[in-house]
Amino acid sequence: MSAEEVYEKKILDRFSDALIAFIVKIITLFKKDWAKKNKSRIDEWRLMLYALNRSPIGIAGLVLGLGFVIIGIIGPWIAPHSYDFSYIMATGKFKEYYLAPPGTGGALLGTDDLGRDLLSLLLYGARVSLMATVLVLPIGITIGIIIGLVAGYYGGAVDEILMRLTDVFLAFPGLILALAFSSALTQRIALAIAHSQFLTSLISSLFGVKPVDALNVAPVLSIIVALWIVWWPGYARMTRGLTLQEKNNVYVEASKALGLSSPAIMFRHILPNILGPIIVMMTLDIGGVILTEAGLSFLMGAMVKIPDWGAIVQAGSQYLVQGKWWLVIFPGLAILISVLGWNLFGDSLRDILDPRTRRSIEFKIKKKKKMEEGEEQ
Amino acid sequence: MSSPQFREPLIEVKDLYVYFYTYAGVVKAIEDMTFTIYKGEKFCMVGETGCGKSVTSRALANIVPSPGRIVKGKVIYYRDGKPINILELSEEQLREIRGKEIAYIVQDPSSALDPLYTIGYQIVETMIDHYTVKDWKEGYKRAVELLREVLMPDPEQRIKNYPHELSGGQRQRAVISIGLSNMPRLLIADEPTSSLDVTVQAQLLELLRRLVREHGLTLFLITHDMGVVAEMCDRVAVLYAGNIVELAPVDEIFKNPKHPYTMGLLRAVPNPQADIEKLEPIPGTIPNLIYPPPGCRFHPRCPFARDVCKREKPPLVEVGPGHYVRCWLHAE
Repeated sequence: MSAEEVYEKKILDRFSDALIAFIVKIITLFKKDWAKKNKSRIDEWRLMLYALNRSPIGIAGLVLGLGFVIIGIIGPWIAPHSYDFSYIMATGKFKEYYLAPPGTGGALLGTDDLGRDLLSLLLYGARVSLMATVLVLPIGITIGIIIGLVAGYYGGAVDEILMRLTDVFLAFPGLILALAFSSALTQRIALAIAHSQFLTSLISSLFGVKPVDALNVAPVLSIIVALWIVWWPGYARMTRGLTLQEKNNVYVEASKALGLSSPAIMFRHILPNILGPIIVMMTLDIGGVILTEAGLSFLMGAMVKIPDWGAIVQAGSQYLVQGKWWLVIFPGLAILISVLGWNLFGDSLRDILDPRTRRSIEFKIKKKKKMEEGEEQ
Repeated sequence: MSSPQFREPLIEVKDLYVYFYTYAGVVKAIEDMTFTIYKGEKFCMVGETGCGKSVTSRALANIVPSPGRIVKGKVIYYRDGKPINILELSEEQLREIRGKEIAYIVQDPSSALDPLYTIGYQIVETMIDHYTVKDWKEGYKRAVELLREVLMPDPEQRIKNYPHELSGGQRQRAVISIGLSNMPRLLIADEPTSSLDVTVQAQLLELLRRLVREHGLTLFLITHDMGVVAEMCDRVAVLYAGNIVELAPVDEIFKNPKHPYTMGLLRAVPNPQADIEKLEPIPGTIPNLIYPPPGCRFHPRCPFARDVCKREKPPLVEVGPGHYVRCWLHAE
């Protein structure tokens, strides 16, 4: 039984094996015998990682994507200066630090028109982008999945009403709709923040800004709320389609005949079976949210105080004609890399989640029975 | 050996009409269906593909799949002697009956189980949902007993398996044990063995027969196999194009078939005892149910068809004790 599990391994495979062994160990701490019962599941996990290890693009995407997440988390702490630190204010040397090119006296990536350190702004901006993704996707996707499941499962009039509603949202270009919503919402959100001590401290810690500046996060928050509104229709459509397909399976009819309730059938049986494509789309959408958020803040401008990538590009774009390229290129690169990373990873995730890929990987790298003892068991 | 008499009705189907509203037109899948299943009996429904057997069985639990609709009729279920019309219950009341009092075993065991859950989970799930067991722990204990009862080898291990890890026969046993998990009173088995090996088929039929005997279940078996009918049933309804054409105790059907379709059906099945030179297929094909033939639906294929058959639909008449036929040959 162990003979057929001898694989030809690369260095990364040993890494992933160690990772899975570690995860299994942790689970075994809480549930005894788990590893023994779920042996085939663990093997599948291992093969998934092997499949990932054999896709250079996927690895590159994962590294970039995870890099974005890590920098988003620790960015504000490793930034050389605070986001509101200005070389001009600190040193009084206006000429030297007004739009200083990269490398000038301590400012690695240069400074902007207020003399702020561009590198620090980008690191703080990573947190804002990360928070946008973290706040937009789960909520947008949950709304979309629930609407899609209900529409697909019940069909008929329910389906018709929910899908026409979805059509209404899809009929407007998402960016324009979000722009309209966010410009309408900014004032109200700012008001809410101003009146609540709790919101102020929560937002300042989430977005890595000082409590004084919590009010200035309102435009970003309004963008996030606007993105909830425009983000669900895609998921509703997809979930509905997948549900219609899955609903035809006999086990759905069988569970109905067994007297399971409709929510139980929808969420316990249909949803887990259609989750694969939804996860892939979610991964691809992480990049989408970063891009849309940056695009919206670029269009709305005016967020001078908050280090948002889109806003930095917008502020810097007026100096581009003067040859001050760094204000546009560096934030642009930051956006490009984080979006690209998740897109690449999402693409290869689709292959990894496909059981057929796993089988072919298994087949390809499996050695013929080795006579000497394999290192497994 | 005469079939035992069952007098107490369990479920009564009265004047049932089920239509399918498709783009091509209205498919009149079932018309004028009336029959009774008595408590404790093994009732069989037999007929060709597409004659409405499965639809009838689904109508009993009110799960006719869309675009099908029950146009009119009654399905009266006797719960502790009190009649309830299943077709008038709310979804919530239906859920209490489905799976708990009327259990359903589907045709294809390979797709009747959710691939993402272990069979143990799926057995316990229905019991939890119907409050048959207190908690999952008790449920799993009961699941092992159930699997042992349906003769699943090594049940303690099997409850941890996923459906794809089991063979077809084992899967069907799992499906049967899910059906039995809440000790239903009526077990509807829709061609439970048609996708299995002959040897496995025989085992499963024997198993069903034993379960009916030991638990006092009532079995409603749907099949196209006359051999299974002869083996399993007390009474048989022969279906043709959405109508019951003959309804009789099983011995009567085989010894004394009255309807030309039943006779044809029996001649089309090999009989090892009788030395027939070749099998006789029934000429023609089943009619298009969007435009069913007027009068008796069997007349285009019937060797005894007369003028009246083309004009008027024959009534269901009693020709012997418990023996009903829908044919003009016997209607006068």
